[in-house]
Amino acid sequence: MRAVSQPKLKLAIGLGATCSGCDMAIVDLAEKLTDVFKAVDVVFWPTASDQKLEELERLPDGSVDVCFYHGSIANEENKEIAELLRKKAKTMIAFGACACHGGIPGLANLTTTKELFATVYKETPSTENPDFKQPSIDTTVSGYSLHLPEKFDTVQCLHSCVNVDYFLPGCPPEVPLVEKAIEAITTGKLPEKGATLAPNRILCDECPRERQEKKISKIFRIHQTIPDQEKCFLDQGIICSGPSTRMGCGAKCIAANMPCRGCMGPTSKALDQGAKMIASLGSILGLEGEESMSEDQVKQLVDQIKDPLGTFYMFTLPSSILKRRNMTQK
Amino acid sequence: MTEMADRFEPQILGFLCNWCSYAGADLAGTSRTQYSPNIRIIRVMCSGRVDPTFVLLALKNGADGVLIAGCHPPSDCHYLTGNLKARRRYHLLLKLLDQLGIERQRVRLEWISASEGEKFARVVNEFTEQIRALGPNPLKAS
Amino acid sequence: MPEQPKVGVYLCHCGTNIAGVIDIKKLLAYVETLPNVAVARDYTYMCSDPGQQLIRKDIHEYKLNRVVVAACSPALHEPTFRKILQEEGVSPYFFEMANVREQDSWVHMKNPEEALEIAKDTVRMSVARTAKLEQLEPKQVKVGKRALIIGGGISGISASLDLANAGFTVHLVEKSPTIGGRMAQLDKTFPTMDCSSCILTPKMVSVSRHPNIKLYTYAEVKDVQGFIGNFKVKVLQKPKYVDEKKCTVCAECVKVCPVEVPDEFNANLSWRKAIYIPFPQAVPPSYVLDEENCLGLTPLACGKCKEACEPDAMNYDDAPKEIELDVDTIIVATGYDPYDPSSDQEYNYGFFQNVVTSLEMERMLNASGPTSGKVLRPSDLKEPQRVVYVQCVGSRNERTNLYCSRVCCMYAVKQARQLKEKHPEMEVRIFYIDIRAFGKGFEEFYEKAARDYGVLFTRGRVAEILEDPKNRNLVVRAEDTLLGSPLELETDLVVLSVGITPTVEADEIHKILKIPTGPDGFFSEAHPKLRPVDTVIDGVLIAGTAAGPKDIPDAVAQAKAAASGAVSLMAPGVYTVEPYYALVDDTICGGCGTCVLLCPYQAISMENKRAKINEALCKGCGVCASACPAGAIKPNHFTDEQVISQIEQAIAK
Repeated sequence: MRAVSQPKLKLAIGLGATCSGCDMAIVDLAEKLTDVFKAVDVVFWPTASDQKLEELERLPDGSVDVCFYHGSIANEENKEIAELLRKKAKTMIAFGACACHGGIPGLANLTTTKELFATVYKETPSTENPDFKQPSIDTTVSGYSLHLPEKFDTVQCLHSCVNVDYFLPGCPPEVPLVEKAIEAITTGKLPEKGATLAPNRILCDECPRERQEKKISKIFRIHQTIPDQEKCFLDQGIICSGPSTRMGCGAKCIAANMPCRGCMGPTSKALDQGAKMIASLGSILGLEGEESMSEDQVKQLVDQIKDPLGTFYMFTLPSSILKRRNMTQK
Repeated sequence: MTEMADRFEPQILGFLCNWCSYAGADLAGTSRTQYSPNIRIIRVMCSGRVDPTFVLLALKNGADGVLIAGCHPPSDCHYLTGNLKARRRYHLLLKLLDQLGIERQRVRLEWISASEGEKFARVVNEFTEQIRALGPNPLKAS
Repeated sequence: MPEQPKVGVYLCHCGTNIAGVIDIKKLLAYVETLPNVAVARDYTYMCSDPGQQLIRKDIHEYKLNRVVVAACSPALHEPTFRKILQEEGVSPYFFEMANVREQDSWVHMKNPEEALEIAKDTVRMSVARTAKLEQLEPKQVKVGKRALIIGGGISGISASLDLANAGFTVHLVEKSPTIGGRMAQLDKTFPTMDCSSCILTPKMVSVSRHPNIKLYTYAEVKDVQGFIGNFKVKVLQKPKYVDEKKCTVCAECVKVCPVEVPDEFNANLSWRKAIYIPFPQAVPPSYVLDEENCLGLTPLACGKCKEACEPDAMNYDDAPKEIELDVDTIIVATGYDPYDPSSDQEYNYGFFQNVVTSLEMERMLNASGPTSGKVLRPSDLKEPQRVVYVQCVGSRNERTNLYCSRVCCMYAVKQARQLKEKHPEMEVRIFYIDIRAFGKGFEEFYEKAARDYGVLFTRGRVAEILEDPKNRNLVVRAEDTLLGSPLELETDLVVLSVGITPTVEADEIHKILKIPTGPDGFFSEAHPKLRPVDTVIDGVLIAGTAAGPKDIPDAVAQAKAAASGAVSLMAPGVYTVEPYYALVDDTICGGCGTCVLLCPYQAISMENKRAKINEALCKGCGVCASACPAGAIKPNHFTDEQVISQIEQAIAK
């Protein structure tokens, strides 16, 4: 911890398209927060304190030491807040899966705003909306004009929008990682810019399960079987994204007998989490007897994986190489 | 002449394995077998070296089509079974492309041996025309 | 701190091969604009001495640390240019070759503008790749003095003797019970009319006597693992049921054996017993019991040969032997099979008794053959008065094999001459497309056969053979192309000059050794002009008809070349292998174990939850690297960064 006589660091916490689980991740520091607040002044935190946006705008540029931005960039407001905070903060940290990689909201990149609105405001069976009233951006009410943020077709992660200095992944980041990050910040021991504040190793390293030869030919979806608590999920034919995901979360999902879903994103050497999962799972699936497989048998084998995109890019579609589904089809 | 200039010329990126398909492409050369000038070739030691990441990067960088060429299964692979891994990854990658709204015909896996110079030329010609009909890589517009 | 790349780019004209299509001036102007390029030049022949000098000079003058040569395929000259860099003090792995000939100028000859664009893209990709290249140290492997030769025909024998005489240990594996191969089945050899056995058998005996040659007959190679200097071979030797050391070839067993089967050595024109010796001069000199046709290896079933064998050489308890050999180099000399014309409907071989193959005729001509040297018609065992030869059976034909089998013209002329020697009044006519008499003494031999012996030659393909069921004479239908008219000819005997095809076992060897075969099934050489006995697999060479149709002088020459090639590899005691192995970054590896499962050479093991690659076993395929979900594996010289730099530069904007 730093000495009491040093001036407090100014911290801003910005919200994009977020569930606020990342706010909870900070709150979850619990009693440790008292120490944190000894070293840090929170100058902006919409969830937990009362500063107004205008106050943030009035701060001199670069006067905020660190900004944690959580949530993805899904609409105009998210973008504006991100850009504003980037101006005001010296160090911008993408906090949580959505800011780092796009997160679950990133799956909206399989569709467009138009299609989403059509589903939500018209097509669902229980919706009564004969005139198809849907949200619009500009409207006038009693002579006053109102501008609502435009919802983007493409959800972006933070670094597609502004320069990001550090990444703290996880959905949400686990308490030990947040602690370590804050410690590094307050003691001035942050690594080189661009780094991810989590170990650069995959989950298998901290997974306690027993690993055997992954000779899988049959895939089980999580509801189709009761997983053995001791054995590696992949060994049992259950897809686990652990191999393509960073460790640091303490393998909590594994302990709850659920396979990893990849919320910590990939290591620094894997450029595309989904592509790497396809590379590795595609290689070990059907390894036994591969020489005598026909083309059709290979197709059948691989068809067992019902939703490669949703499974392998669950948290990272906006930060992947292709970022979104292409909508211009013949 | 103007019509020719306006015609869409596909840009195809090929990953050719050193022992079979790259040698086959060389053979097409020594035999002076002419083919469409639409392919750019990257040599890898084995088709099993091709990471699906490479294919996605190729598409992102504007390739209208991607060709992966290796040795004939089941037993021609110089490294024994690399081509079999390439095959399984390829079929899984195609499913991903379907979900990403990219025509699966843009990524093609072919088995071309060191003595199949004619086949290499034929594949390049066919693939070029197939991509020409599909049109440019939809990602290029954005 | 990685040094700043300073790239020298050299554009080869290759005479007009490249410059005749690609505008080198424009390419040069473009190349000079690429990042990191310190100097760019063009020259007529970069591989020539003055071309090489350009590179040497520039390395010192411009302090180059990367070199790109845009020329032919790296398969051809990558080693040439790498050597230059090494000699001038730059790591040879900082060299990159841009293939603008085989994969550009030669395939887009009518498209010079496109060819130029491709060249620009290819060079741009190569220059970008050089920025990511890393210094690598080539691996040195120890190479001993042990060679495996697969196939004991004249090629295998010649190679064995040369290597053995040079002091190397030779393991010669032959699938038949004896060595000698196809040459033992021949009567006389063109153009000298030497008796084939007479020149072959002394060599066979030399092989059996040579202290440096270990002979394994009735044996086949079943598996080969490893690499040059370290091949681990598994040979399966079939049981002969006869103790070779005790057998005195007295032939008493033959008298009592009750089983008769067609004699393969005599082209199935006669019978042999289940216990047999392929031919009298077999090496090793021993009988062999054909288990498949024997009534049974117990006195309950038969046992007569054992009873009759005075030296007590019969051993019914013999069993297949698995032999493991450690060798340093391998020569493949598996020979050929004659083309089987049974499915050629126009000739009706197998239906008309008096249509025979050249091999059958050869056995008949041989004094120790099935007819004691008399040429007889199979239907009535009478000597034919008229004989017709049909050339190019199974060769030079879209429906069978496209290639020319190279020996059939000469052997047909040879056999025709032999027929005329025995029966001057016999009419012998050869129907040909061309007469290929290309070798030493061949043309003279052919002329003499026509001029002095009266062999008749008609230029025209035989379209159909018909049979007169009464006398089993044949009617040959062809076109006399020199006269331009069709003809029909009645004859007593038709000989099909069958071509040369690869053996069935060759396909097995192809699968085991991973040496490529061409479209016709013959083994492919590393380079058709400059490396005719090497294969792309380091340490494995090829010789003889297994590599393509050829006659005995050429087969022997190639076998001796292969032996010499093997000596070049083994004599220095070490061999330099490309350092294309993969490395695990254990700061990133999380121990998922994916790579361990995938390696076809079992080169990866897990130690303390981190993958570890055995550099000696790793062959650099890169499957582990692409599969590694953490991105923790780097295959030397084909790293992700290197490939990605090429991808990013491939598509012109």
